[in-house]
Amino acid sequence: MAINFNNALGIHEQALQLKVKRSEVLANNLVNADTPNFKARDIDFQAVLKGQQGATSTRLQATHSRHIAPSSLAFEPQLQYRNPLQPSLDGNTVDEQVEMTRFAKNTMDFQASFQFLNGRFKGLKSAIRGD
Amino acid sequence: MSLSGVFDIAGMGMSAQSIRLNSTASNLANAQAAGSSEEETYRARHPVFSSVAQDLLSPSAIPSMGDQASVGLQVVDIVESTEPLEQRYEPDHPNANDEGYVFYPNVNVVEEMADMISASRSFQVNVEVMNSAKTMMQRLLTLGQ
Repeated sequence: MAINFNNALGIHEQALQLKVKRSEVLANNLVNADTPNFKARDIDFQAVLKGQQGATSTRLQATHSRHIAPSSLAFEPQLQYRNPLQPSLDGNTVDEQVEMTRFAKNTMDFQASFQFLNGRFKGLKSAIRGD
Repeated sequence: MSLSGVFDIAGMGMSAQSIRLNSTASNLANAQAAGSSEEETYRARHPVFSSVAQDLLSPSAIPSMGDQASVGLQVVDIVESTEPLEQRYEPDHPNANDEGYVFYPNVNVVEEMADMISASRSFQVNVEVMNSAKTMMQRLLTLGQ
């Protein structure tokens, strides 16, 4: 029985990638907190996760040799605009405090995903060593 | 991994905020520099911020996020304030003109102080973001160890 990395690592690899992307989007929001007419954006993690789960349960079948296999990241994370809690005069919708908490939470989520992924690797390692 | 993009963004933010802090320092330093005519008197200057379009920076940074995704911040211009200068009657002033008037810069010291605090807070936020990205990257390097 061969070790399949895709099965062994599960969803955590994609989750980690998504969290890195989200950290970039949130950093962009924070850096533009003073830019006039800048609209804050974010990735809807729930929607992406649902898309990923749907993609894994109803996978497209390649019935022809020239069918293109879907990429591992079958869903496309869509950037959405945030609803401002309090409109600002210069058209900027960045709430620095809210963005900062989301960035901190995203970092924690990243560490959680990392922890899971690291656990999988450790499991694989001990399986290979057999001790 | 696009974590290095966070470093770029935070770095651009810090550089823009330091330009803002620089202009504030320049305004405050010249707040009392009286001139003898409207032309040669210092005017308050402020940077204009604009987000950088994504395709200019790195087209492959966030490939799936549409063309309107913007990354980073830049200072596109530094504009001089068009507020009227303050004219004071000081005939003993060495820079006084023939009628005895001197012109003081249109620097609003209270506004400048508030702007200074805002700039330094934004700078701190960027440092925080960079530190978080650094921690994330260091964790990634220990994967599988």
